[in-house]
Amino acid sequence: MSATDKRAGSPAQRLVVLVPYLWLVAFFLVPFLIVLKISLSQTTIAQPPYVPVLDPAAGLQGLREFLSGLSLENYASLLADRLYLSAYLKSLEVAALSTLILLVLGYALAYGLSRAPRRLQPLLMTLVVLPFWTSFLIRVYAWINILQRDGLLNQALGALGLVAEPAVWLSTDTAIYIGIVYSYLPFMVLPIYAALDKLDETLLEAAADLGCPPWRSFWLVTVPLSLPGVYAGVLICFIPIVGEFVIPDLLGGSETVMIGQTLWTEFFANRDWPVASAVAAVLLLLLVVPIVIYQQFQARARDAEA
Amino acid sequence: MHDGRADTRSFTGARRAFAPWADPASRPLVRYEAVTKRFGTASAPAVDRVTLDIYEREFFALLGPSGCGKTTLLRLLAGLERPSEGRVLLAGADLGAVPPYRRPVNMMFQAYALFPHLTVEGNVAFGLRQDKVPRAETAARVAEMLALVQLEHLASRKPHQLSGGQRQRVALARALVKRPKVLLLDEPLAALDRKLREDTRFELMHLQERLGLTFVIVTHDREEAMTLAHRIAVMESGRIAQVATPAEIYEQPRSRFIAAFIGDVNLIEGSVAAIEPGRVAIDSAVGRLIAADSGESRLGSQVWLAVRPEKIRVALAPPAPADAANAVSGKVVDVGYLGDISVYHVRLGSGLTMQAASANLTRLTERPIGWDDQVWLSWPPEAGLVLTR
Repeated sequence: MSATDKRAGSPAQRLVVLVPYLWLVAFFLVPFLIVLKISLSQTTIAQPPYVPVLDPAAGLQGLREFLSGLSLENYASLLADRLYLSAYLKSLEVAALSTLILLVLGYALAYGLSRAPRRLQPLLMTLVVLPFWTSFLIRVYAWINILQRDGLLNQALGALGLVAEPAVWLSTDTAIYIGIVYSYLPFMVLPIYAALDKLDETLLEAAADLGCPPWRSFWLVTVPLSLPGVYAGVLICFIPIVGEFVIPDLLGGSETVMIGQTLWTEFFANRDWPVASAVAAVLLLLLVVPIVIYQQFQARARDAEA
Repeated sequence: MHDGRADTRSFTGARRAFAPWADPASRPLVRYEAVTKRFGTASAPAVDRVTLDIYEREFFALLGPSGCGKTTLLRLLAGLERPSEGRVLLAGADLGAVPPYRRPVNMMFQAYALFPHLTVEGNVAFGLRQDKVPRAETAARVAEMLALVQLEHLASRKPHQLSGGQRQRVALARALVKRPKVLLLDEPLAALDRKLREDTRFELMHLQERLGLTFVIVTHDREEAMTLAHRIAVMESGRIAQVATPAEIYEQPRSRFIAAFIGDVNLIEGSVAAIEPGRVAIDSAVGRLIAADSGESRLGSQVWLAVRPEKIRVALAPPAPADAANAVSGKVVDVGYLGDISVYHVRLGSGLTMQAASANLTRLTERPIGWDDQVWLSWPPEAGLVLTR
């Protein structure tokens, strides 16, 4: 109770609270409403490339015409064409599987980091975020170089005598997974490391004292207490991966189409803004579900700490 | 300032008769054999060649200032540290290769180290679950423990929903539920406020007597050690300075460090001027003083006369010649009124400031002795102790 009382303090304090809300309204809610509106429109060859357009000069009559011009047609076509459904499913599949790989790799890396000597940890953390110093696009192009037929990977495998013929890496699902896991790994490592770093070492000593061998105290103490970091990492990776465009477009093959690519095609190749908007709106709904779950988890964690 | 009386607390009935350390036939439950522990490349070892015996059903206190190695000594027994040299034995068996999770000892950690993701019940049951104790027995033993520490009604709470005192009791129940051969307590009361700490002290004492377990407590609080323990080991920079009962430590400290650590004390430097049967005369800056002979003093050697403040009489008039074995006069520079006792700081002619404490036996609100009064301090020969270190 006292916390809410404190928040409703002076006007200045209220303004501070208002700032993030204003930000969200201006840069999230309003654009989303615009996209939602366009998704209910029909495509046309004009500027802008959709109808109806609200004409404020036409008054109430204009508003009525505008509203009657809106329809759910685009959503119906999303359902009718299997192309969209399979793109959504493929995106969820890629996101789920790569998040799982990220979780295993990221947890191991974060755990190793948190167990490294204290004075080495800042250096190791810097190494984890070091790739960010280079442009994301350049890094993905570098992977094209590595994965192509006469690329570094095949040269290395050939030199080791592991493959007789150069294997095909580029334009496969494997390449997509490699690119995604590589690009998103820091986003998984950082929150898990933060959670593990906070872990009180004496809890592990207490577990040992109570008869718990180290491998079991990892499961009974370390893992449960690092779950907030795991949830955060999974969300931070899963959500953007579902909408990922650049990596599947550059590294993936033509047979794997993720929803980000579909959206791009509708928007730029077909100039079908309404369908592209409908694709985006459905994608948002799909992603709202895990976000809500995460928020509820966070709220519970906050209650637990209060 | 209560230290003057703290030693009397352990003079209660049954506790006095318990003295296995004095019996050459009894075998220790825990034995530290020349144990040394070094951390990293630090030049001074945290624990330095400690040899120590702790007996079954004993309440043993490791007392010392912070950094003296007392917690390390405790952790060596728990298995959380390995000795660099020497051996730790439990019931005659070397614990050297036994990992902490297989040692029949349990520890109550200083900050309790309760598992934040488990309930009170889950915390207490944790140790039994590791031992694969049957479910029904686990439930019964957890319930029994929670009843013992009066926390049954909070069994489903999480640690962060408890008060400091309740957390302390959960930690105690969690460590006790496995019926350890030795219960290790690392500053168990340090996080509690004063009133609760004093109540809990007696609870711990009764619990130890009732369960008949061996307790080893680490503390920097001399009152705590004196109230709780059968014997105290005073530690100084990794070494054991003295092991004795609370009363012995207080009345017969072996060095100035122990004398000062275990209570307030006046230390007067001097040299031995004469040794008579049972008595020593010491020449000091405040004149010739007489003390009981501890047997260690040699003629002409440098010694310190240790006198506890409560053993010094403060008077406005000089003492009668019969009581004047040790009498000095000076000016009161400070008076500390503590309710039950008053402490006087008296500056002597030689520049030395002595402390004297006297019980306030009457209900006078105006004390007869105050600031700037010229007073006489006197004490009988047996009140002082001659220290050579």
